[in-house]
Amino acid sequence: MKLTKTLLATSYLTLTATMAVSDGHMASEMTIVSWGGAYTASQQAAYHDPYMENTGIAIINDDSSSEGIAKMRAMNEAGNITWDLVDLEAADAIRACDEGLALEIDHDADLAAAPDGTSASEDFGDMIVSECFIPQIVFSTTFGYRTDMLADGAVAPKGACDVFDLETYPGRRGLNRQPIANMEWALLCDGVAYEDVYDILETEQGQEQAFAMLDTIKSETIWWSSAAESIQLLADGEVFMASSYNGRLFAAIVEQDQPFGMAWNWQMFDLDGWVVPAGLSEERLARTMDFLNFATDTQRLADQAKYISYGPARASSAPLVGKHATLGIDMAPHMPTDPNNAENTFVNNYEWWADYRDDLDAKFQAWLAQ
Amino acid sequence: MTDTSTQPSGPVLAADGTPLKRSLNRALRRQKIRALMLIAPLLLFILITFIWPIAQMLFRSVENQIVSDVLPSTVASLADWDGAEGTTPGDETFYALTQDLMAAVVRKDHTRLGSRLNYETTGISSLFRKSGRKVDDMGEVYTDQFVGLDDAWEDPATWVALMADLRWVAAQSEWDGEGDEPAFRLNADAANALPKTAAAYQTFATTIQIEDNDSPTEEEPWNTVYLALYADLSADASTQVDGAQSELIATAAAEVGSFETEDLRASFVDIDEDWDTHDTWSTIKTYSPDLTNGYFLNAVDLQKTPDGSEWRPENEQIYIELFWRTLLMSFAITASCILLGYPVAWLLANLPMRSANILMILVLLPFWTSLLVRTSAWKVLLQDQGVINSLLVWIGVIADDNRLALINNATGTIIAMTHILLPFMILPLYSVMKTIPPTYLRAAKSLGATNWTAFWRVYFPQSVPGIGAGSILVFILAIGYYITPEIVGGTKGVFISNRIAYHISSSLNWGLAAALGSILLALVLLFYWLYDKIVGIDNVKLGG
Repeated sequence: MKLTKTLLATSYLTLTATMAVSDGHMASEMTIVSWGGAYTASQQAAYHDPYMENTGIAIINDDSSSEGIAKMRAMNEAGNITWDLVDLEAADAIRACDEGLALEIDHDADLAAAPDGTSASEDFGDMIVSECFIPQIVFSTTFGYRTDMLADGAVAPKGACDVFDLETYPGRRGLNRQPIANMEWALLCDGVAYEDVYDILETEQGQEQAFAMLDTIKSETIWWSSAAESIQLLADGEVFMASSYNGRLFAAIVEQDQPFGMAWNWQMFDLDGWVVPAGLSEERLARTMDFLNFATDTQRLADQAKYISYGPARASSAPLVGKHATLGIDMAPHMPTDPNNAENTFVNNYEWWADYRDDLDAKFQAWLAQ
Repeated sequence: MTDTSTQPSGPVLAADGTPLKRSLNRALRRQKIRALMLIAPLLLFILITFIWPIAQMLFRSVENQIVSDVLPSTVASLADWDGAEGTTPGDETFYALTQDLMAAVVRKDHTRLGSRLNYETTGISSLFRKSGRKVDDMGEVYTDQFVGLDDAWEDPATWVALMADLRWVAAQSEWDGEGDEPAFRLNADAANALPKTAAAYQTFATTIQIEDNDSPTEEEPWNTVYLALYADLSADASTQVDGAQSELIATAAAEVGSFETEDLRASFVDIDEDWDTHDTWSTIKTYSPDLTNGYFLNAVDLQKTPDGSEWRPENEQIYIELFWRTLLMSFAITASCILLGYPVAWLLANLPMRSANILMILVLLPFWTSLLVRTSAWKVLLQDQGVINSLLVWIGVIADDNRLALINNATGTIIAMTHILLPFMILPLYSVMKTIPPTYLRAAKSLGATNWTAFWRVYFPQSVPGIGAGSILVFILAIGYYITPEIVGGTKGVFISNRIAYHISSSLNWGLAAALGSILLALVLLFYWLYDKIVGIDNVKLGG
């Protein structure tokens, strides 16, 4: 008898508690998905904290962006969308849009204009690579090297092509275990003109040329699969040079005093930004759009650059980029877009990769396994 | 005794007079139901949360409805195309494609189809994306000319009067604007007189009702509807309809002969010349059935062609090698677990309680540590500048410029996974060894056996069930592992499960992932069956 009572009471309590929680979620909470670590921290400081203060809405961080698109698809199929806003790389955002997982955005109507009145779509310009994508930052995949492992008298490496120069720079290299960027670098450093890279990469001979170039360093290469790994490889002295994201290298050099140098030449620009999951209820959608409007305005994007060395995606934010929030150093020279760093750069051709990714990935994996 | 002899031969009765057999059956059945009720919660739980999702996932490996869902009439018209090398389908197919694609673009699922077909033929993804952007202009030339003939053609009301069923018109006018508008219904006469137009209009009306919550009474039809009207009228200039629109149709029918026309094939080729290639069309045709074995063929390095299957080019073959590697390395891991685990389990079973307990804690400790921590710890130990290599260099066993490659290859995976899976070998072994009485060994020795003979002939055979149980556990766990190989395996030490994870989370090719997973599951079952044949599953003991 007592047991039954306890059981009943417990179930009742649980039930009301659950209802309260789900109600609470509807009213004053939103779940924002991002990459975690220093990146989420920069968003928290630049967007989430001021927004929560202004509106009283609680923002919950979910560090699931690395499998974001797969989870969005699973949620979409289950018809239960638990995320309100997702941070994705541009290539994944295009995929999400293609799959109908993300909502198409009217950039001018939904986002704030620049302070001088320039419309959002003009302010973001070419960065809007998909109808579903709201650009946030420009980051780059570039190279870091160990300054203490440099041979005596050798000139410091300048960029991607020095990776292929085993004579001047002996030692292991760390590269990302996927074809994107590596194939382009191989061709560019084999003398292919920048304009021709993707045309050549489309052909069988072009792919063979790229693999042949990569073959020259294959035995000296350690392939990483997460960006943290690439920094770790450098920090442990496992490799002399490694490709990584410029923000991670910045954090290692400036915040952790690692003996790394940056080699910017032929850095690959990439974009990261928001997508809104398709299928949100009207109320949640309205709240998400309100947050987006706030978090992607000119000042907010410039603010984020105080915490992490990624360039804001709005043209109007660039002049507002100031000093690092805690270290007080000027952030501009550490931005991938700084003229001193951007002598030779290339932009990942998203549409091209959307087509060729599966094909080249199979070939790349087969090549790795040989 | 006398009682039974006087009883007439008949069924034995229970106390309440029913035949004993029936009453016994009833009692047994009641017991069975009660037993079933007791396990019902668990059974349902397993069915709903485990078996059903797995079955659903595995079904994706053959499911391929998307092509016929998105391009229904194109698929139908492709049946007439023989798919011969060097040819492309006829104009009829391009007409069907225009109709299908227009609706697909409004439903926003043409890009999904594009990504699906891009798994098979590179370039289709952008082909659909590009074509989707321009398809709404196709047939515009007919719209302009019909409207040029009579402005009534751009009036939605004209179309509703021509196409809609009267009952729908009535229901629509009674609809109060709350909830969904009544679903559009076609008028049978119009469908007979203008079959293509009716089909196109039906698609238009249904799609805008569902997708945009718009009403056919307010929206001008898509260009594809005018395109269909032109096709109907030019095929049969004597087309007639009854009612108010008869004159409109008659005028148009008389004029269409002089209409400026649009070559749809040319328009598509203009968007992208891939529409003019055999490859594109052959892929759509090959993948048009609702079920496909294409994913399974891909999963074993084959590709589906119109006449069956063929090997992929050598520079794209990866999966068979990965399956082999997964199996061989899982065997190697199981073998090293036996080698390392057996002595430890023996010690555990034979040491005094106190020391055995401490040893047991050491065995269990890895269980309480995060998998990622353990794997990362191996990274620190095994890498080039890591603890083991530095120690060996310091002792002078190896030269500084010739450090051992212990990580980012198969060696790294085997070492790390052996460590991680070791408890799964030791625990079953221990529980079996605990039940082997030490007196057997003493008896063997007292009868003159050497230590080795006593172990090999007396002790070891009794511990085989433990080895069996441990091996099955370790092997099955190893074959599906992916985190550890991903971190320490480099390029030569990754498993098939790493590719499955890639297809689930990055390429979104869930069909291929499901096919690879099904093959992996089949392999595990095959090994289980083999094991049962050779060792016998009855000989496996997980506990005393």
